[in-house]
Amino acid sequence: MDSEVLLTIRNLDAYYGQAQALRNVSLHVNSGEIVTLIGANGAGKTTLLNSIAGVLNSISGKIFFEEEDIAGLPSEKVVARGLSLVPEGRQVFSPLTVLDNLFLGAYLRHGRKSKEKIEEDLQKIWGIFPVLKERMNGYAGTLSGGEQQMLAVSRALMARPRLLLLDEPSMGLAPLMVKEIFRHIAELPRQGTTVLLVEQNARAAFEVAGRGYVLETGRIVLQGSITELLDNKEIKRAYLGKGYREVWE
Amino acid sequence: MTLGSQILQYIISGISIGSIYALVALGFNIIYNTTGIINFAQGEFVMLGGITAASLVTIFHVPILIAFLAAVIIVTAAGAFFERLAIHPLKNPSVITLIIITIAGSILLKGIAMFIWGKDTYFLPSFSGDRPIHFLGAAILPQTVWILGITGLVVILLSAFFKFTLAGKAMRAVASNRMAASLVGINVKKMVLFSFALSAAVGAVGGIIIAPIALMDYDKGAIFALKGFAVAALGGIGNFGGAIAAGLILGILEALGAGLISSHYKDAIALMVLLLVLFLKPSGIFGSAQESRLKKF
Repeated sequence: MDSEVLLTIRNLDAYYGQAQALRNVSLHVNSGEIVTLIGANGAGKTTLLNSIAGVLNSISGKIFFEEEDIAGLPSEKVVARGLSLVPEGRQVFSPLTVLDNLFLGAYLRHGRKSKEKIEEDLQKIWGIFPVLKERMNGYAGTLSGGEQQMLAVSRALMARPRLLLLDEPSMGLAPLMVKEIFRHIAELPRQGTTVLLVEQNARAAFEVAGRGYVLETGRIVLQGSITELLDNKEIKRAYLGKGYREVWE
Repeated sequence: MTLGSQILQYIISGISIGSIYALVALGFNIIYNTTGIINFAQGEFVMLGGITAASLVTIFHVPILIAFLAAVIIVTAAGAFFERLAIHPLKNPSVITLIIITIAGSILLKGIAMFIWGKDTYFLPSFSGDRPIHFLGAAILPQTVWILGITGLVVILLSAFFKFTLAGKAMRAVASNRMAASLVGINVKKMVLFSFALSAAVGAVGGIIIAPIALMDYDKGAIFALKGFAVAALGGIGNFGGAIAAGLILGILEALGAGLISSHYKDAIALMVLLLVLFLKPSGIFGSAQESRLKKF
């Protein structure tokens, strides 16, 4: 896809106290893409997303979103610019209802004029995830893992982000539910939302993404189109397991 | 007076003082829910509310309604100012640091109050006279009716605020998950400021409505904070319904203890309740043990 660059990261380092979690990470995401970032546990995937979204502030380097440097901005300001993160482990507001979770997703858009638009977006969400509509007055904490993931994604979408960061949406979900969630992720670019997807489940990620990066111990060690990555023996061995081709083709 | 009507009398006065404890406990809970800390300056907000209203009425002859509103506004501003001055500047403070700061804050507020009002006792006249209403042999002060009505109103308004308004929902979101709240665009620090202002306002209301029954001086805050904390712990910290029920229970126990045993033991009852709760069921009688395990403090 040949279009403008939405997100550019240049030479990003991130620290937890003395420990360096990211080293010199550079990547970019074009508008309309789904880009995936894969890597093992502890490689720094979540750290990278948290740095972009402003959750982690002990960073150095540049993060350009729509040509403006957002590195170090607090998360509520990053959201306001059109970049939302669906954090690892879903993090829904458990004691609030499903409907209130979604309303708070649109927190920055509330005002006299936006009521109808928020209502419209809500209808869209009901269309995508009818389960949430059925449970709209239930507490978010009582939803199943898969439903909570749907809610977490929907809550982020209620802010109308142009770039959505997804942190391991497959975590802890049954295979069928993973398929369902990823089917909707694949649809997002067509609705105007670009996606940066972090996954340990490389198989699922490679099915929806166009390009990918591989992160190992805080460094980007490989990048390319999904076809290129699939041709790489090392990737096949480390992330997909033996016999990947046979299973998926 | 028969024993029955005497007990009824104690219960009624217990309910009215219990309502105040409940209001103090609500103040604790509002701040606990957005920040995870216990604000030990909460009792000073009660004292400031009562003493401000009393001095406006007795010294400046301001009508009671205006004194009421003015005192609430002044104390709310004091609560917000306290947060800006002492809580806001800290970067990633630990819970224990914050709690020690609130203790310092309470000493500071008490000192300021002594500086302004001296050590004198201030008296606020009842809102509508002192002629008791007779009910089943018990005499009810009109102020008791005011206390119950205003407490009920505050509880209803607070519940509606947290349930129906965007700001209320945002505060609950901060309480439930700070990171997720800031990820949807909620300014967490602003919500913390807001929770201090709100709990100061609730504390001030409690101080004003109790002032006609309990005299107010600069030193009254600590005992309200202690009783309010006992009530909050009894009801399960962070639990609003629990705070109200626990407030009434403690108030009635205290009044019965004072009336039937000796009024010297009035404060000891609250302390005993607090110790028993902390020893036997730290999650409070209305809080679930599972929930309290997830709490930081």
